Amino acid sequence: MVANGISREQVLGWLSGVPDPEIPVLTIADLGIVRGVTVNEEVIVELTPTYSGCPATEMIEQSVIDTLHRHGVEGVSIKRVLTPPWTTDWISDEGRDKLRKYGIAPPEQGASKRELLHSNRSIACPRCDSLNTSVVSEFGSTACKASYKCSDCLEPFEYFKCI
Amino acid sequence: MKKEEALLAYVLRLGDNALILAQRMVELVAAYPELEEELANANFALDYLGQARMFYSYAGELEGAGRSEDDFAFLREEREYRNFLLIEQPNGHFGDTITKLVLFESFYLLQLEALTKFSDTRVAEIAARAEKEIRYHLRHNAQWLIRLGDGTEKSHNRVQASIDNLWRYTGELFAADEIDNAIQSEYDGPSLDSIQKTWRDNVAAIFAEAKLVLPEDQWMDSGGKQGRHSEHLGYIIAEMQYLQRTHPGATW
Repeated sequence: MVANGISREQVLGWLSGVPDPEIPVLTIADLGIVRGVTVNEEVIVELTPTYSGCPATEMIEQSVIDTLHRHGVEGVSIKRVLTPPWTTDWISDEGRDKLRKYGIAPPEQGASKRELLHSNRSIACPRCDSLNTSVVSEFGSTACKASYKCSDCLEPFEYFKCI
Repeated sequence: MKKEEALLAYVLRLGDNALILAQRMVELVAAYPELEEELANANFALDYLGQARMFYSYAGELEGAGRSEDDFAFLREEREYRNFLLIEQPNGHFGDTITKLVLFESFYLLQLEALTKFSDTRVAEIAARAEKEIRYHLRHNAQWLIRLGDGTEKSHNRVQASIDNLWRYTGELFAADEIDNAIQSEYDGPSLDSIQKTWRDNVAAIFAEAKLVLPEDQWMDSGGKQGRHSEHLGYIIAEMQYLQRTHPGATW
């Protein structure tokens, strides 16, 4: 049973503290994967996966349940929703700032409009803002990142890849 | 054929293509000579595995017999799998793998795009999610095909031979059977004829940039969609299902 007097806003507040397991500087609210909260006899949280095979999906669901349990909410259920599909455009402005400060270049806006071939884009270095950067690998330490290097400050950095 | 039966069969085909391709790609994990491609391959395999899970979960709900995604993956036999013959072909050398992926993903991307307008909402939702991933894959794999085809004489010849060897498995992608027809008429599904035209144009454009030659029209192999597979699928499944067959019901 839900403890008396819990509001939707309270639940959203608690959820905004749940970190993403792969990029702990971001919360799941920054990522834009919390799609809805309903408070009835139980609390229903709607989440959307980032990538189909994202191994963090189950872990995030468990963290949401644990967080609400810690706040005394016993009845919690998670609903996976797919519409509208998540893209990097769902990452909040605050989330983009946090990424940059953490040393990961945030994704460009307009993810869904990229061309299939020959898309030349400049990614700004999160340390010195230089656009004089080049791709090292379209892939990185997790499914959602690519590897870049900056030719001005010579630092390697990760780029939250744009899908 | 009843409408609901066609939908279940179609969702299973989508799941089988994704799962068998994921399993094929997993064979290459920790075997690539180069780190970027190692990461690319593992990331891409993970996308396919995630897509397979979504299709199988939905198939279980449609069937209503209590089968889970794991039951579909681990407790079915070779003839019950309905993936394309192209998917199950051996990885071969790097050029073979890239060619296979470009040929399949050029099709799969168009199929998913069409499925985003499907009248069954759940399939449309999964397609919208998967389409974004496959677009990223194809962008990467097509660049490799161009680099190999327009590379050295040796890389060019080897990848042209890959195309010539795999071409006969592409006919099946567009050969509509009663399931495809039911999906098109009952659910606003993709028209395989129109996908084939666009596919051919897109593949021709990539080949042209890669200085590779589109093979001439020829006899096409088929049967995967109906469960008649090449000799390769049995080995893939034997490895994939080993644990569940040896220790039935094992979980962790």
